[in-house]
Amino acid sequence: MTTFQPLDIVRTSATVTTAPPAGRDVEVAKLIDVSKCIGCKACQSACLEWNDLREPVGTNLGVYDNPHDLTPNTWTLMRFTEWENPQSGNLEWLIRKDGCMHCEDPGCLKACPAPGAIVQYANCIVDFQHDACIGCGYCEKGCPFNIPRVSRIDNKAYKCSLCSDRLAIGQQPACAKACPTHAIMFGTKTEMLAQAEKNIGVLKTRGYSKAGLYNPPGVSGTHVMYVLHHADQPQLYAGLADNPSISPLVEAWKGIGKYAGMAVIGATALIGAFHYLVRGPNKVSAHDEDEAKRLAEAPK
Amino acid sequence: MNDKAPSGAPVRVPRYSGSARINHWIMAIAFVILLLSGLSLFHPALFFLSGIFGGGAMVRWLHPWAGVVFALGFLMLFIRFLPANLPELTDFKWLAKIRYVVSGRDEFLPEVGKYNAGQKLVFWSQAALVPIMVVSGFALWTPGLDFLQSTFGIKATMDHRRLAAVVHAAAAVTTIVIWIVHVYAAIWVRGTLSAMIRGSVTGGWGWRHHRRWLKREVADGHVKSG
Repeated sequence: MTTFQPLDIVRTSATVTTAPPAGRDVEVAKLIDVSKCIGCKACQSACLEWNDLREPVGTNLGVYDNPHDLTPNTWTLMRFTEWENPQSGNLEWLIRKDGCMHCEDPGCLKACPAPGAIVQYANCIVDFQHDACIGCGYCEKGCPFNIPRVSRIDNKAYKCSLCSDRLAIGQQPACAKACPTHAIMFGTKTEMLAQAEKNIGVLKTRGYSKAGLYNPPGVSGTHVMYVLHHADQPQLYAGLADNPSISPLVEAWKGIGKYAGMAVIGATALIGAFHYLVRGPNKVSAHDEDEAKRLAEAPK
Repeated sequence: MNDKAPSGAPVRVPRYSGSARINHWIMAIAFVILLLSGLSLFHPALFFLSGIFGGGAMVRWLHPWAGVVFALGFLMLFIRFLPANLPELTDFKWLAKIRYVVSGRDEFLPEVGKYNAGQKLVFWSQAALVPIMVVSGFALWTPGLDFLQSTFGIKATMDHRRLAAVVHAAAAVTTIVIWIVHVYAAIWVRGTLSAMIRGSVTGGWGWRHHRRWLKREVADGHVKSG
């Protein structure tokens, strides 16, 4: 995963000083039109195949989701929802390809305590650097989308890399390449926003008046975006967050908290040092020892 | 050190048994490990501290186990020291004269037993903080989460874990502040460290800082004179 050079990195986890590069590279983005998805799971297979991952055979819970959740091996997962549209009375099969959203404001990166374990490249991909990962699981808490998974085998966190290695050699992500219906598209963010406009226009002509783009402003936008036919109700799609943002608890913990904590500890130590310098030690006097001796030797 | 030499060596008063000292120092070692490893994950500028333990991955493994050792040590110490730490009226009189404590003018303070109100506050605040640290720590630790689920059937949601992270950090900062006070007091009040190292203090130390305790020790025949 060292296909990118230091100057291609715009943000690094747990680093006090960051030298930003001259400017952002071309912002890339993946656009997923859920209305075009047929649930074939070719993207899941392509992801496992390209990243050389294998998911152990699981159990059938009577739903199409397989495996049942994202895992350290499954970086992308088709989530199936059966929804009865109260307006039309139709049963709608909503299928969402879940995975890292590559937030512009990445909560995982902000929560990470290991320097350089999470980076954001100039092209806006948020990537995990596994040699620096310590397996603490803070990224899981930072993520507003519940994406990273820490492996119990090597204790490192895994998620979609947006195929940063393929991009570096001019290839598109494996899932986008494998998608047979072009439900997954890849390009620059500008191109994908324009593409989304077209797809939304088509959906609206088909009667989906609430069709729209999912590019949540709470995380300053994402570099994986959805076209949703019911953009007014994202939670329909297997609980996609309505308005995701980094939890205020995480902001308190890894934002102001770390400075406040250090200040309180430092101030206490300083007060102690000054107290000693001003007052000097509290010594037992010879008089105290004599009194004790007199007490101990007094007849009972 | 003293202008007027006392007649012969000072009497020594036993204060801590061997097992109490071993209990204390196991906790002390575990605490320093917890302090350094915890701070290394708290602020990026302190991540270098993880190098002491062989890197971040080692810190991540070691810290929770050091916490388990510390908590078990504290449980034993809590039971051991509880009777001597029960609050009493003298504690409030002592606290009311806290300015004489800070200025080291013990002659203006009421006679106290084995522990003064300050020491009792350290004891009770840790008694409150250690369980908080343990519960929040378990929610931040994969084996801890497994334990909570398998033993108590508690499944911590991601928001619980986020809250646990904030609570753990805040409680840790408070614990560290109290620890600084604890260590500073032991250094500032000369003659204190020997209580935990040799197990005994001089009679003069007892006379100056814990006179009621000294008198009882003498009355109970625990102090060999001459």
